[in-house]
Amino acid sequence: MEIQLTLNGKKLTCAIESDTLLIDLVRQQGCFSVKRGCETSNCGLCTVLLDGTPVLSCSVLAARAAGHQVQTLEGLQEEAEEFVGFIADQGAEQCGFCNPGYVINTIALLRENPDPTDDQIRAYLAGNLCRCSGYEGQLRGIRNYLNWRKEERHGNV
Amino acid sequence: MATYKVVGTSMRKKDSMQLLLGKPLFVDDITPQDALVVKVLRSPHPNALVEEIDSSKALLVPGMVAVYTYQDSPQERFTMAGQTYPEPSPRDRLLLDRHVRFVGDAVAIVAGETEKAVDRAMKLIKVRYQVLEPLLDFHKAKDNPILIHPEDSWNAPCPVGADNKRNLCASDTCGDGDVEAVLSRCDYVVEHTYQVKACQQAMMETFRTYTEMDRYGRLHVVSSTQIVFHCRRIIANALGIPKSKVHVEKPRIGGGFGAKQTVVAEVYPAFVTWKTGRPAKMIYTRQECQTAGSPRHAMDVTVRLGATKDGTIRALDVYTLSNTGAYGEHGPTTVGLSGHKSIPLYTGGLEAFRFSYDVVYTNVQSSGAYRGYGATQGIFAVESAVNELADILHMDPAALREKNIVREGMVMPAYYYEVANACALDQCISRCKEIFNWDAKYPIRDMGNGKVRAAGMALSMQGSAISNCDVGSATIKLGDEGFYNLIIGAADMGTGCDTILAMIAAETLECSPDDIVVFGADTDASPYDSGSYASSTTYLTGKATEKACLELRDNMCAIAASMLKCDVSQLEFQGDGVYRLDGTGFVSRGDIATASMVNNCVPAQATVTHSSPVSPPPFMVGMVEIELDRETGSVEVLNYSSVVDCGIPIAENLARIQAEGGIVQGIGMALWENVTYTPQGRVLEDSFMQYKIPTRLDMGTLHVEFAYSHEPTGPYGAKSIGEVVINTPAPAIAHAIFRATGVWHRSLPITPEKILMETGHG
Repeated sequence: MEIQLTLNGKKLTCAIESDTLLIDLVRQQGCFSVKRGCETSNCGLCTVLLDGTPVLSCSVLAARAAGHQVQTLEGLQEEAEEFVGFIADQGAEQCGFCNPGYVINTIALLRENPDPTDDQIRAYLAGNLCRCSGYEGQLRGIRNYLNWRKEERHGNV
Repeated sequence: MATYKVVGTSMRKKDSMQLLLGKPLFVDDITPQDALVVKVLRSPHPNALVEEIDSSKALLVPGMVAVYTYQDSPQERFTMAGQTYPEPSPRDRLLLDRHVRFVGDAVAIVAGETEKAVDRAMKLIKVRYQVLEPLLDFHKAKDNPILIHPEDSWNAPCPVGADNKRNLCASDTCGDGDVEAVLSRCDYVVEHTYQVKACQQAMMETFRTYTEMDRYGRLHVVSSTQIVFHCRRIIANALGIPKSKVHVEKPRIGGGFGAKQTVVAEVYPAFVTWKTGRPAKMIYTRQECQTAGSPRHAMDVTVRLGATKDGTIRALDVYTLSNTGAYGEHGPTTVGLSGHKSIPLYTGGLEAFRFSYDVVYTNVQSSGAYRGYGATQGIFAVESAVNELADILHMDPAALREKNIVREGMVMPAYYYEVANACALDQCISRCKEIFNWDAKYPIRDMGNGKVRAAGMALSMQGSAISNCDVGSATIKLGDEGFYNLIIGAADMGTGCDTILAMIAAETLECSPDDIVVFGADTDASPYDSGSYASSTTYLTGKATEKACLELRDNMCAIAASMLKCDVSQLEFQGDGVYRLDGTGFVSRGDIATASMVNNCVPAQATVTHSSPVSPPPFMVGMVEIELDRETGSVEVLNYSSVVDCGIPIAENLARIQAEGGIVQGIGMALWENVTYTPQGRVLEDSFMQYKIPTRLDMGTLHVEFAYSHEPTGPYGAKSIGEVVINTPAPAIAHAIFRATGVWHRSLPITPEKILMETGHG
């Protein structure tokens, strides 16, 4: 079947099978940031934004994206760049394989809740597994970013 | 302590922004998407002979290219263990064997143009098995009439005590002093058996490999591996082709933790490409990772610990029974650490020790290398026994340890008689007590809502590289405008070694790490390196890097001498260039680089290879506070404090992340990560649905600090950190659970069910 969707701001017409998964479609389109870490919707690595909402692209049929907006990290570079440097300062990206899913979900969190508590951060990102970092450094990075942003905004007032 | 400009600072990893912004860096991102899809048809039986295999219908599926069976396989046995040649692991594998030995063992290699075609074809391959009785219980394996490797072509090239006619992969005993005599004179002997499961590394990127024929007709392998050079040898062995025909490189690696120290996936696409000439790719599913990977060795570690009533530990007798599964990868070596990296912690007053072991074959998934590599299992046992002793003696477990631990300058008989040249374990304990607030948290606190809070502790040690064996190498090269290339064969798998080695180079060359460009690892381009395992990279490849940079400084001075028309003895290297000692001349790094490219016979580069006669142990203390719900048996980790002595940490932020990551893996192993088998030998926890690794809601608050020691044989005083950090959570949490419930749990994981059933509340 043929579907039309908007991927990272670009209108596309794609020929897909009825059982094609969204993760496979976006990777075919060169969005290699989207990773598969399991087959059971448990790891969060394949998170993308569907009309701005984070979804697991391994659990969404590509056909469901017809007529919708899909964003992967390739399309969110500027928004991501602002805060991921704070993760890099911690070294908490480690192997990096889980990063895109976790970064996208953090973007979604901060759009919903610009000033989350530590517990809110942990809860929102609970579905994003990371086997390397032990999570604490990622939390420190986000916290440092939020503190920096507050100071920036405070400074600008 | 000496002051360094670069060493000891915190630094962003060189690849951090590329990784965080999701750039295409991993095997499946950078290799062609239209390569042949390779999958393996796997045995549903734990022990069987393939009687007949018919792939004719499968090959009729449009897009199918090949189905290979045992009849196509080379017949020379090899091991997939990434170890220095000759590998201590027995040569017990064929690429495809008629005898399949676990549920998940390879029966056929299937290659086709699309995943759909391959999936369809797999269902059409008809296999008739002669099903044999399996041997699933490793306690019954030794001298069992069911033989896992009855074949005469099985062979063990190293004297590790292996005997395939007894299901033995390895067996040995060693010691110092008369253990039985000392034990008989002890006031107390604690004797128990402690069990650790075959936990999975569960790195986020599953095993994966791409292969193609290159322009010279050689096999080009792009793989997610920690060991490019061992990988080259093992692929050539598996395929029965010359080593010169194989070229292995690794891109970014999505986590390894030892899993990728075994050549798990590489041989299958390599065989397909070698046979068909076509590019091929194999991507393991998570289920394959969980069922046909290379997990930790399940071990039963029996400890007999003898002590006086005043708390002097006088004798330790450790016997380990290790289950290597169907094949012997890392079987003879992991087990050694269960004694040699647990007993030496108590060198203090120890008069005698004995350490013996058997490693047995069974019809379950083959084990391999997982962070900690046997030390994890041994430390769970010995540390638990020490905590049990503290309880018997009514002694504070920290005080008991302070009385008995190894201290700087001591000879460690159980650690190959090495001297603890750098050891701040005593400071680790005192500092950890402080930051954890041990004296306040150790007493049990009833929270009044059915929940209790309790604390536990444990020590840990590991090694830094394999002494007299591992080889680390580095090439450093001066380039235009004065930048440097650092070329290594060690593998950064997220650990940050590219950056850490660049920092060591920058310290030695008195420049910024930004001036160092790192490349690795590639068997055609990198200098030989054993690879990244055994906590070796910072310590060994780091020392090679330091030495190579010192040599390059000399070479740069030699080039500068001809530029400045003076003798080398009149010159001094400083970071930005070479100065005449009398202040009359200077040539910059960039000028030396330019001069090196014109009419020059002095290499503007240096390659140094390094091995070490010792393996200096890093040390660590971990203290945990849990909250245990007496109604449900559930355990919540509230706080985990630890102090690590890794010598001088090169990059403090990266060392901290290593520690935090290791602790959380250890928490997972202690509380949730389970491996159970059906009576038919199938692993039940074959996905993340059942195999629960910690999420960020599960680890409480972590607090890591460092206690500094200076290791004289390491680069700038460094020891290792990669593995030591996984070992404390299991014994510390078991200790805290005992404090909360009065029951010692000696078998991991300690699930709520076990806690409820054994405390009698259930």
